[in-house]
Amino acid sequence: MSQAEQKKLDLLITGVGGQGAILASDIIGKAAVTSGIPIRAAETHGMAQRGGSVVNHIRVGNDYGSMIPKKGADLLLALEPMEAVRYLDFLKDGGVVIVNTQPIIPVTVTSGLTKYPEVPDILEFLSEKYIVKAFNADELAYEAGSRLAMNVVMVGAVSGYLPIPKEIILESVKALVPQKTIEVNLRAFEAGRQKVEES
Amino acid sequence: MTMREYMLGNVAIARGLLEGGVQVVAGYPGTPSSEIIDTLAARKDPDYHIEWSVNEKVAMEVAVGAAWTGVRSVVTMKHVGLNVAADPFMTLAYAGTKGGLIAIVADDPSCHSSQNEQDTRRYAQFALVPCFDPSTPQEAKDMLPYAFEFSEKFEVPVIFRPTTRISHGKSDIELGEMPVEKTAPNFEKLLDRWVMLPKNARPRHTHLLSIQQSIEDALAESPWNSLELKPDAKFGVIGAGIASVYAKEALVELGLEVSYLKIGTYPVPRKLILELLETVDTVLVFEELEPIVEEQVKMIAQEAGLEVSVFGKTNGFVPREGELDVSAFLEALKKTFDLETEAETSSTALELAPRPPALCAGCSHRATFYSMKKVFGKDAIYPSDIGCYTLGIQNGTVETTLCMGSSISVASGLYHAGEKRPICCSIGDSTFFHSGMNSLLNAIVNKANITVTILDNRITAMTGHQPNPGVGYTATGEPTVQVSLEELCKAMGAEFVSVVDPYRLEETQEAFKAAKEFEGVAVVITRQPCVISGKRAGIRRAPYLVDPEKCEGCKQCVKFGCPAIEFNEKDKCAVITSLCSGCGVCAQICKFDAILEVKR
Repeated sequence: MSQAEQKKLDLLITGVGGQGAILASDIIGKAAVTSGIPIRAAETHGMAQRGGSVVNHIRVGNDYGSMIPKKGADLLLALEPMEAVRYLDFLKDGGVVIVNTQPIIPVTVTSGLTKYPEVPDILEFLSEKYIVKAFNADELAYEAGSRLAMNVVMVGAVSGYLPIPKEIILESVKALVPQKTIEVNLRAFEAGRQKVEES
Repeated sequence: MTMREYMLGNVAIARGLLEGGVQVVAGYPGTPSSEIIDTLAARKDPDYHIEWSVNEKVAMEVAVGAAWTGVRSVVTMKHVGLNVAADPFMTLAYAGTKGGLIAIVADDPSCHSSQNEQDTRRYAQFALVPCFDPSTPQEAKDMLPYAFEFSEKFEVPVIFRPTTRISHGKSDIELGEMPVEKTAPNFEKLLDRWVMLPKNARPRHTHLLSIQQSIEDALAESPWNSLELKPDAKFGVIGAGIASVYAKEALVELGLEVSYLKIGTYPVPRKLILELLETVDTVLVFEELEPIVEEQVKMIAQEAGLEVSVFGKTNGFVPREGELDVSAFLEALKKTFDLETEAETSSTALELAPRPPALCAGCSHRATFYSMKKVFGKDAIYPSDIGCYTLGIQNGTVETTLCMGSSISVASGLYHAGEKRPICCSIGDSTFFHSGMNSLLNAIVNKANITVTILDNRITAMTGHQPNPGVGYTATGEPTVQVSLEELCKAMGAEFVSVVDPYRLEETQEAFKAAKEFEGVAVVITRQPCVISGKRAGIRRAPYLVDPEKCEGCKQCVKFGCPAIEFNEKDKCAVITSLCSGCGVCAQICKFDAILEVKR
């Protein structure tokens, strides 16, 4: 494998509008540029983001388009359990799913139109074909100092898989989160990273 | 060392405009184009004029006036915006320009945030103007200084057409230099060009036609088209714009030895297409939306008498709707070579709950729609318009959405057709200023009997909170006149104008009742700042909670549809989550006084 090949990684981040999927992908994107690795990303904006399902494509070491082909993603980082399942078509067989187990109940469920699947059922379903790393990232963020840092917990969780040195990702976290929240976010990052390293 | 930055495509486009020395920027917000002006307006001490215009036609004309003084100008909009600006644009092609003029028109294949997926390249063809179709955010940035020069060289406006995946894609971007010198404006009184009387328009049309070949030849030599001929390859691929990188990625992955033509400009580079057609016997054309390149390739092959099979959209090898990707190219390739295509297997055996976008917790539109429905009922007809409030389809109060400003005029048409049911339409403040004003004037003068609700959330919310004429500041945040919606409506002849706070249900419903009774056009303005921009501006309200002792589990509050209200099935009790923004509407809906403001 050439050096360039080793630095190639296709990552899908899924979640709900408002969870900070864009910041999570920006942290990785900026870190890739600092490391001199080409990067492409695609985001959900506009009408699609008002509390709806969102998906970001991140292609580290890629010179082409920003869209990951079907069954092309090495990794899926799901900020919400049901949103892990919605975009599985993009994940390679045997790929890795890192999933936050804290559900966000959509209005279609609260209004009684449909049901939210049980989280253990979601995880079991995912485990059939993929390597699953599941934990409650909202709780880890809360322990780190703020629930709002959940997205950075998840960046920490995926960081070990990225072809980018940890220090550079941390620099990127510091540069992109609000100044006052740097300490909380660094703790959140470490908590997520540790969770996946332990598993 | 070259500077590389991680940028949103639209930020890269803004940077390209600066590197091209832009001096006047105008536009109307529209996904996916909005962040171009947002980015340029946020820069400190801009050395260019920048504005959010009231609509795309006006923005286009501002850019035209500027370019006629010899400075470089740009106008930005989404694809459907060009329909609004088409009137000046089609004739501008005849008149031409002095300073470079770029119309940035962002297309939205797959309708991520749009009402249709029209292809702006057709407009370029229609107007006989050159069009640039970038394949990556980097190329988008690099094309813009070139596009300015090109526009000046031929004295024609040009279209620059990014798509959603360029505008909202991100990439590492290599930056270029920004020029320091500015052009001094000098409006030359070239009346035979700037006054489009028939006697001037006729020769200008002839002139425009006469330069088409030179335009095509110059574009063929540009860096935005490239031909890679593989010796002995009998199969060729033509990719246009962003679709070209999807095709390229697939070809490289597969290691296929095929000839490849990348197209980034229109009129298409006939020379390069001919060169390819002369060496192959089969060509697959891969482009998003309309088969524009494909039609040209077929014509060129026929004219040259070449026996080449051309595959694409016209014969079902590539879909004509939706956006493309690498997988779509692989499918097209398999069809071309008659290989078996895999049946669509869905990996989801698990039943998922849909998660459509919804109005925010505390959004005043939801409150307005609640009162509207209460008063007008199920029987009424609810024409609506374009904005966040189109999501009111979930509330049963959005029954038509056609284009910007159409709610009031469609309502008038329904009435004049003889509909006897009550008609209550809704339109946002920005959409009203954009083109709803004309519709209101028309409805009043032509004696429609309808209720017009202006959902005044004091901002252009859906596209990212841009100012409009009602807010009192410009794109750069400079204070300006604050136009009163109520005075405007009265000046246009409205005899019933009522302004209410939609968070106060009783007051709002009283206004709707009076409007319903009124003979003629009744205007109800429901005024409450957008919860997102309101929070940014420092509006803080205490949240609410449910007293489980008092909650009867009737779900009236849950049915209101606010994302902050959930229902605990175990305890048969409603729950208000941390999303609550404190609008207090649910507390007014609750019949058991079980919803209370949290005392600090």
